[in-house]
Amino acid sequence: MIQDGVEDEEKWLAAGITGLQQNAFYMHRALDSNNLKDALKYSAQMLSELRTSRLSPHKYYELYMRAFDELRQLEMFFKEETKRGCSIVELYELVQHAGNILPRLYLLCTVGSVYIKSKEAPAKDVLKDLVEMCRGIQHPVRGLFLRSYLSQVSRDKLPDIGSEYEGDADTVMDAVEFVLQNFTEMNKLWVRMQHQGAAREKERREKERSELRDLVGKNLHVLSQIEGIDLDMYRDLVLPRVLEQVVNCKDDIAQYYLMDCIIQVFPDEYHLQTLEILLGACPQLQPGVDIKTVLSRLMERLSNYAVSSAEVLPEFFQVEAFTKLNNSIGKVIEAQVDMTADGAVTLYSSLLKFTLHVHPDRLDFVDQILGACVMKLSSKGKLKDSKATKEIVALLSAPLDKYNDIDTALKLSNYSRVMDCLDDGTNKVMANVIVQSIMKNKTCISTADKVEALFELIKGLIQDLGEHLQDELDEDDFKEEQNSVARLIQMLYTDDPEEMLKIVCIMRKHILTGGPKRLPFTVPPLVFNSLKLVRQLQGQEENVAQEEASATPKKVFQLLNQTIEALSVVPVPELALQLYLQCAETANDCDLEPVAYEFFTQAYILYEEEISDSRAQVTAIHLIIGTLQRMHVFGVENRDTLTHKATGYSAKLLKKPDQCRAVYACSHLFWFDDQDGIKDGERVLLCLKRALRIANAAQQMANAARGNSGSVMLFIEILNKYLYFFEKGNSQITVTSIQSLIELITTEMQSDTLTHDPAADAFFASTLRYIQFQKDKGGAVGEKYEPIKV
Amino acid sequence: MNYIIGAFKPACNVSITFSDGKSRKQVPLKKENGQTLMVPLFKSQENISGKISIEPVQGKKVQHNGIKVELLGQIEMYFDRGNFYDFTSLVRELDVPGEIYERKAYPFEFSTVEMPYETYNGVNVRLRYVLKVTINRGYAGSIVEYQDFVVRNYSPPPSINNSIKMEVGIEDCLHIEFEYNKSKYHLKDVIIGKIYFLLVRIKIKNMDLEIRRRESTGSGANTHVETETLAKFELMDGAPVRGESIPIRLFLSPYELTPTHRNINNKFSVKYYLNLVLVDEEDRRYFKQQEITMYRLAETS
Repeated sequence: MIQDGVEDEEKWLAAGITGLQQNAFYMHRALDSNNLKDALKYSAQMLSELRTSRLSPHKYYELYMRAFDELRQLEMFFKEETKRGCSIVELYELVQHAGNILPRLYLLCTVGSVYIKSKEAPAKDVLKDLVEMCRGIQHPVRGLFLRSYLSQVSRDKLPDIGSEYEGDADTVMDAVEFVLQNFTEMNKLWVRMQHQGAAREKERREKERSELRDLVGKNLHVLSQIEGIDLDMYRDLVLPRVLEQVVNCKDDIAQYYLMDCIIQVFPDEYHLQTLEILLGACPQLQPGVDIKTVLSRLMERLSNYAVSSAEVLPEFFQVEAFTKLNNSIGKVIEAQVDMTADGAVTLYSSLLKFTLHVHPDRLDFVDQILGACVMKLSSKGKLKDSKATKEIVALLSAPLDKYNDIDTALKLSNYSRVMDCLDDGTNKVMANVIVQSIMKNKTCISTADKVEALFELIKGLIQDLGEHLQDELDEDDFKEEQNSVARLIQMLYTDDPEEMLKIVCIMRKHILTGGPKRLPFTVPPLVFNSLKLVRQLQGQEENVAQEEASATPKKVFQLLNQTIEALSVVPVPELALQLYLQCAETANDCDLEPVAYEFFTQAYILYEEEISDSRAQVTAIHLIIGTLQRMHVFGVENRDTLTHKATGYSAKLLKKPDQCRAVYACSHLFWFDDQDGIKDGERVLLCLKRALRIANAAQQMANAARGNSGSVMLFIEILNKYLYFFEKGNSQITVTSIQSLIELITTEMQSDTLTHDPAADAFFASTLRYIQFQKDKGGAVGEKYEPIKV
Repeated sequence: MNYIIGAFKPACNVSITFSDGKSRKQVPLKKENGQTLMVPLFKSQENISGKISIEPVQGKKVQHNGIKVELLGQIEMYFDRGNFYDFTSLVRELDVPGEIYERKAYPFEFSTVEMPYETYNGVNVRLRYVLKVTINRGYAGSIVEYQDFVVRNYSPPPSINNSIKMEVGIEDCLHIEFEYNKSKYHLKDVIIGKIYFLLVRIKIKNMDLEIRRRESTGSGANTHVETETLAKFELMDGAPVRGESIPIRLFLSPYELTPTHRNINNKFSVKYYLNLVLVDEEDRRYFKQQEITMYRLAETS
């Protein structure tokens, strides 16, 4: 059916064009022979093709354009005809003899154009006559094209100021009046299309209408180009008249398009000065009109205008542009009861952008906008509408982008209230945006209040909101997100220890609400941030004697202790252990023995109670040993307890090789290479011997279990330890013991049962090479090594 | 020369010339056979004078019982063709009985002739003025010659010329108000007016203004009425809505109109009407007819 329709239309168009060309041919012949009567006859017949009702606007336009070209030539002919002495007045009458109205009016407009040019009558009279006569066409499409033709032929002949057709005092008024009238009539016809024809063709009709809209809009363009319209006239006459038409036509499509047209065609400064009038029309528009886009465009234009030149800014203040826009938006939202949330948010978002451009210094305006937005949204609960949430994100991002500084957003009291309106997912997205902004700009948030506000904003990231379950979240995303939070925590820093302590407390308060999934990500940065504070305090203490300071390292350590304790709910004992050790080390640096001891105790408890995985135990014990080795704050007793424990743990590891390695590592606990460090050679040797025993046992176990003697790796490693302490001057380590160890290894390596291990071979070879090297060095070292035979 | 044919030829040539024939305005007149010829134009109360010359055919004499010229105003009904009714008849005797041997000219004059009616060529009736020269020859049959001329009478602009304004409609369907600027128009006049749509519930396709001429002849039971549409002028294209007003501007000059004739000698009347026709999408016609009076205004040039 539709296919047929299209084909038929093509056929009709073709027929129309043929008819038009045929008559145009005869018309040209008549023009060539200066036969006015025939020229009129054939031109009227030619124009009769435009009387068709069968074509869609698109096709009709094609036909119209052909007729238009022909009429240009006819107009030339008329012009020459008047030069030949034919009275233009007579000509003007003559064309009106045509019986059919449409050709008659096309001819009349054509002659009218010549008439104005001849200046035999004032342009305004001719124009007035033409625009009146055109009322005869009430068919929307034909009327629109006819009037568009009139507009086309008259646009360079308006009695504008400075134009050659300028008339008496009110000449501009005449020009304006003409264009306005044509505009009004065209709009009426255009609107009328909507109400004609069957209801089921609504969609097609709306499409056709949108094809025709520029014909109507062109009038506004013409209007905007009338030189004589000054601001007063625009404000008092032109704009009210145009708006009157726009409001009264009560048509969604027209109102939207025309409002947009007005905003686009007239100059910015006019808009600024007539803001009240323009905005006053908005609440009167139909509920279906997309006002938000219209207003957004307006604000966008004004923003650009404000940016374009600093000189215009005072005007904005003078007319109180912000207040007017804000009020108007409020009214529009009130008037359009069924406006969607996203519509309202878009409006506010545009207003916000405008404000940021025009009044970058007025944070109160921004806050006001956000406040209004909250008012609008709060009634609806959490937003489910994805478009609206997207808009809110845009709204909230705008100040961040503009100020490049989260500080500003933190000053906005309504900011977080707006965020509350978002659903959890979007809230998180927004929080992420904020975090990213901070990262990007490397903003340092340095007061407790701001930190508090910030955490309020990003609470979507910090804790679980509402009843949403985590499982729907992608694991990677979650990690990503928490990693940014971790990075953010690092940014919260100030040089003022008092303030910093407050910040730490606030961070702690918020972070601890994060639940088991987040804590492993967020606690470590918090701990390190706190430790940074401790080191800072320590640095200060050296300079200034702290009097009654609330921020003391002790206090921080207390907090830390509790903080790390929180990890127990997760549980991540390995991590907690690391953190305890880290704290212990810092406490060590602060010379706080009891604190350090306490941390170690905690670490040990964790080791004993929580870390059961053997591999984790190995890692943990090495960490403990490493940390403990560096501790210098402990007194003998404490130290003994701790080292004893550590050695004990080492010996109780599950796998023999692990045991062995842990034990020989323990040897370092008794030997500090510092000047005044502990150097207990006996116990070192004890450890090493014990390690050797374990290595032996390991070998035997391997033999028994698998029938081969396993690797000699452990022995080589122990040999290296021997060499280390030997070199450091531990008198308990003798050449003999080294010598026997080397022999042992050599024997083992030659044994049949040994599994061949190239790594061990290489290790051993390089160890021996090292001994040889030391020997060759000569001097004290060489002498020391001399007795060892390789 | 063929003598037999010659025998039936008129024995003389009669020609009628007007004394101001060269300067007088000539207008076209449609003859019965469809041809148009140019004839002089007169108006009432003018002197009609001229010369009648009679020239016998070479070598013949014309014997007659007297020569006269008549000025006749005649009305001819087509259903009664050939039967003229003379409403004006003036006679001038030109010669006493005698013989004419050679070309002879007779001046004549009808002074301030009363010719109240205009020449008219209608569908069923014709009103004409003619000069008739009769050479009375008794038994031999008279020789008669005619000369047509046209009479047009001019009227001053009427002192009272009200506009025609009227509201018409079909209940709950269509209400319009129309206005024509005058009720009396001269032949080259322009009809200016407006149509207001007060209520439109039908889908109108277009609207025309027609000029119709109603010619009625005869009287009583024998009255014949003939209506012609002389002009069909499209005023509006498409469907208007309530509140629209459509302008009318119709130039009358292109149409062949005559003044309104009322009851000419109890024989016929010619009246003019403006007929406003609205056509809806189903081609139903809604119309309202209004009489207008046509008159002939003296041409200034």
